[in-house]
Amino acid sequence: MAERSVLSVRRIGRVTNDSVLRLGFAVRFIALTLAHSGSSFVRFGLVIRELYFTGVLSLIIILVSGLFVGMVLGFQGFHTLQTYGSESALGVLVALSLVRELGPVVSGLLFASRAGSAMTAEIGLMKATEQLSAMEMMAVDPISRVVAPRFWAGLISMPLLAAMFSAMGVFGGYLVGVVLIGVDEGSFWSQMQSAVDFREDILNGVVKSVVFGFAVTWIALFEGYDAPPTAEGVSGATTRTVVTSSLAILGLDFVLTSFMFRGV
Amino acid sequence: MERSMLDLWVGIFVCAGIGALLILALKVGNVSGLAGGDTYRLYARFDNIGGLKPRAPVKSAGVVVGRVDEISFDNDRFVAKVGMNIGKAYKFPRDTTASVLTSGLLGEQYIGLDGGGDTAVLAEGDTLKLTQSAVVLEKLIGQFLYSKAAEGGNGKK
Repeated sequence: MAERSVLSVRRIGRVTNDSVLRLGFAVRFIALTLAHSGSSFVRFGLVIRELYFTGVLSLIIILVSGLFVGMVLGFQGFHTLQTYGSESALGVLVALSLVRELGPVVSGLLFASRAGSAMTAEIGLMKATEQLSAMEMMAVDPISRVVAPRFWAGLISMPLLAAMFSAMGVFGGYLVGVVLIGVDEGSFWSQMQSAVDFREDILNGVVKSVVFGFAVTWIALFEGYDAPPTAEGVSGATTRTVVTSSLAILGLDFVLTSFMFRGV
Repeated sequence: MERSMLDLWVGIFVCAGIGALLILALKVGNVSGLAGGDTYRLYARFDNIGGLKPRAPVKSAGVVVGRVDEISFDNDRFVAKVGMNIGKAYKFPRDTTASVLTSGLLGEQYIGLDGGGDTAVLAEGDTLKLTQSAVVLEKLIGQFLYSKAAEGGNGKK
């Protein structure tokens, strides 16, 4: 009995030690990435290549899901607002919920599963097939050659994707609300414009998406770089990337929201 | 993929992203020119501000001329003290009336300014002397019921 309880306490200790150790590695990893970012701006072609893979190839899924999220918001918002006789506020509802929350959060989640998982798998496989060690043998720093361009590409493309998601969602809300249901077009846009503030709402949404982009690419790159060099290890790392970054996005979103929209 | 095609696609991507941000800024939101430093501060004391909140618009003749910046409680006079930032471009006479109004029946509350006839204009830090409180719906209904009851009493007599 006593032996078993000692064992379980020891297990708790080991889990804590391991996670603190991993967190420390992750922080050192991101610090190293930032310190070795200089070369990715000198050879900007590398970043452009990664921008194509993380940004351009994510366009379809972001635009389509933005459109549908906006359309659903239009339908549901209309039915709720109708009971209070204020359908004209539909534009406000759609725009504020997209710009403040859904745009950054949903595009962050999609970005994590579309681009983050690909990053982890790619780097993990590079490590498993010893491409990273080969680079080191050739005196090429894998952090500045492989990791840093991906990091900057993710950081750049995430806010752009979130902005496109929000714009597409507002268009979807317009399609359903104005074109399909017949809410007055003038009040839809004018109420939206008077309620949505550039600094308070739109810029805060951009700040959120930058933070999410940072978190997702950090987690994805670290998981890939840290993955055990086996098929199993890479697949586990990819799963962990999606799960951890989704949780990180939702948790960070709560923290950011409670700081940004206090009392407003 | 060829480098030039890559550049093209990434260029399209970045332009589309910035375009979306511009659409959000111009079509969805309002880049208010009042947000910057070119404003002056006016104060007004109200017996009751109703549901007025910071950032609520200050309108004159329906045109937004400023925003409510802070709302505090004046513990000497037991009234609400509202500080608002008015655009430098707008000048108001000293006998301007400020009232807390509601847009529509259930809409947001804002401050309406009605200019008077004085030649001197309000400057930074001035306090408006003439104010009108928010209409509290419950009081209004109470008054209505009282007057109805009084009417009914007269009718019976």
